[in-house]
Formats: sequence, C-alpha cells, structure tokens
Amino acid sequence: MLRLDDITHSYNGRRVIDGITVELAERRIGVIGANGSGKSTMARMLNGLVIPDSGRVLVEGRDTRKDAKAIRRRVGFVFSDADTQIIMPTVAEDVEVGLRRSGLSAAEIADRVDGVLRAYGLDGHRDHPAHLLSSGQKQLLALASVLVTDPAILVCDEPTTLLDLRNTAAIERRLSALPQQVVLLTHHLHMLAGYDRVLVLDEGRIAFDGAPDDAVAHYTELMAPRGGPEPHA
Amino acid sequence: MSTVGLYVPGDGPAHRAPAGAKLLVLLVAVSAMLLAGDLRVALAAVAAAVLLYPLCGLAPRHVWRTVRPLLVFVAVIGVFQWYAADAQTAVRVCAQLVAAVLLAGLVTLTTKVSAMLALFERLAGPLRHVGVRPDRVALTLALTIRCIPLVATAYRNSREAYAARGLRGRPHLLVVPVIVGLIRSAEAMGEAMVARGID
Repeated sequence: MLRLDDITHSYNGRRVIDGITVELAERRIGVIGANGSGKSTMARMLNGLVIPDSGRVLVEGRDTRKDAKAIRRRVGFVFSDADTQIIMPTVAEDVEVGLRRSGLSAAEIADRVDGVLRAYGLDGHRDHPAHLLSSGQKQLLALASVLVTDPAILVCDEPTTLLDLRNTAAIERRLSALPQQVVLLTHHLHMLAGYDRVLVLDEGRIAFDGAPDDAVAHYTELMAPRGGPEPHA
Repeated sequence: MSTVGLYVPGDGPAHRAPAGAKLLVLLVAVSAMLLAGDLRVALAAVAAAVLLYPLCGLAPRHVWRTVRPLLVFVAVIGVFQWYAADAQTAVRVCAQLVAAVLLAGLVTLTTKVSAMLALFERLAGPLRHVGVRPDRVALTLALTIRCIPLVATAYRNSREAYAARGLRGRPHLLVVPVIVGLIRSAEAMGEAMVARGID
C-alpha cells in the first residue's frame, strides 16, 4: 500500500508536484501525463529517491523521510535508460551486486541469480559484457537486477521509451506476469489495457483518476488543445 | 570479449582457479623471471606465456590484443636500453615486460571482476581499522571499469552529433559535450545505485 499525503515539490523554484493526495492499493496502477507533468518526480518519491518538500509518502506505513533505505528494499525501481542502471561489467555480476548486502549465503545468491537469469532469458549471456547487450536485453537485465532482490512493489519509469515494438511487448508481458504491485509510468498507452487504475497527471496535480479507457480519453482531451492528437468522436 | 579487455567467458583451468591463487602464481613467476635477469629466461617466459593462452582456452587474438597497447612503450624502452646499455639488455628488458603483461593479461582475461573485487575486499579488510571501507573501494573500482564503455559511447555520440550537422568533431571541440554527457550519465547511474540500495 502506497499513500501520498498532500505532497508538494519544487525544482529551481518551479512547482512540479502540487498537493497530491492519493492512496494506491491496486495491483496494477498506471500513471500518464505530458513531459514535465510531475510523473517521474512522483514515481521517485515512491522509492524514497526524492523526498517531498512538504507532505509525506508512506510505503506500507513507513515514511520515506525516515525510512528511505528500508523502503528501497521493498520498492524496486526501473528507469527508462537501462544503460545507466547497469553497474557491473558482466550480466550475472550486475544481477548479483544488488544481493551483496542481503545477508544471503553465496550459494543462495548464486541460486537466485541463476533463477532470475533463466526467467528473463539471459542465462546464455551471464558472463557477457552487459553494455554489449541489445537495448531490449539491457532493459530485461535492468528488470531482472531489480526483481532478484524480491521487492514487494515495482515502480517503472517509462521502461519501454527507448525500445522497439517487439521489446516493448516483451517488457509488457514480463510486467503483466509479475506477482508484485506495479506502478507503471508510460507514454505507450496501450500498455495500460487491463490495469486496475490509471492516474493522469497534469502540472503536478492529478487531473484524472479512474479506469484505463477513461483515463486515456481524458488525457487525449487534455492534450488536444496543446497540440496533441484530436480525441476520437 | 569485452571492449575493455576484461573477462572472457570460459571453463578452462585458469577460469576455474581462484583469483588469489592466480595472482600469487603471477607474482612468483614474474619475480622469478626478473630475479633471474637472463635473456634466455625472459624469452622462454614470453614463449611460455604465449603458449598458455590457448592452453587456457583463449584464442590467439587475445595475445595480440593484450600486447598491442604495449608496443609503443616497448619500442621506446628498447631504444633507450640499447642506447643506455646494449642490445642484449634491451631485448631482455623488453621480453620481460611483454612476458609480465601477457601473464597479467591471462589473469585478467580468466577472472571475473566480481571475483577480483571479492579478493580485494578480503585483502583490504584490515584497512577498516583506519576508516577505509574496502567494499566502497571495490565498488568504485568496478564502476571505473564499467564507465569505460560509457566514456566511449559519450565520445562517439558527440562526434556523430557534429558529423550529423556537417561539422568535423575535432578532439578539442568534443571535450565539453563529452564531459556534459558523462556528468549526466554519472548522475543517472548514482540515482540508479541509490534506487537499487547500493549506496
């Protein structure tokens, strides 16, 4: 359960989050909005990467202001650019590095790494240089590296922005199969079909909160006068 | 193989040997060769090092890739030794250098970075008493290695951006865009590390 309680946040004097209050308990939650609408800042608050200027963010009852480290162990985060999420030189090492302080034995770590590499079709690349993978494989690696730590919640900030249709579909399939609560920020609106709830953010506020079809329709209407496509009749 | 000349996957004897044992053998072999101070020993060491590559499951091209960056230095050192001493000393010193680098390369190519870092953490353990955190130092080393391809990518991107606009990206013009690109990558990587609990 995620709870944002009257949060505000500014960068360089510009308010990017403007009094959002919302409770997110559904299994699949989408967040859409124009560039600069505050989506990424809000997503980073769910993992304690950004602490709100005012208000509070509670993850499973814990305040990100006080327990950011513990919260990061519960909330995994996947970024748009997988390249910057890769830390270690080889695929297996990158998956493994997140478990170094987990308290697991070497054998348990090896088992987990093997399992997640198999599950994400990366077992054939385990000792290969991670930066030489394809873009789709890199994003799968980023997802695998986060999921190996077994987070309860997964926040994905436009994970398919840099991917082609085939790789987008691959990530979409992986996300839909996860048992975790997923908060997905995306510009690929079709990915939200079947989601339980979709928020539309606009200028740091929630402009709409509801079912995916209605949210997409609202977002399209919102963008039409700003140069977006005309909504369908 | 990695573009930065690191680990090559394999299951040969050198791949299976522990990192510590390989480093110890390297230390003993190079020390013995240097202490012998003999031309024949140095040439034999080069030959042995070259032969060890295929025996350890590494293709002959790895020998060349390991030695190639060294050639200019070897040439300069050779000329200097010839001038300062004699031809035999020049050949011996150059052979010692090539043999040492080939043997060290053999360790690097058959050892994962994580294994090397784990060894480093163990060896640097006593430094904890003077306030040094070996895990942090090891992570910094790993990131340094990881960032080499990022630097190459930033350089390529900047050069292509110039070319796309019909300009020639001379090296001094690339400095600012490459540094800006690297700072952005560093910020994003730092954020990703914090998000993954590696902070």
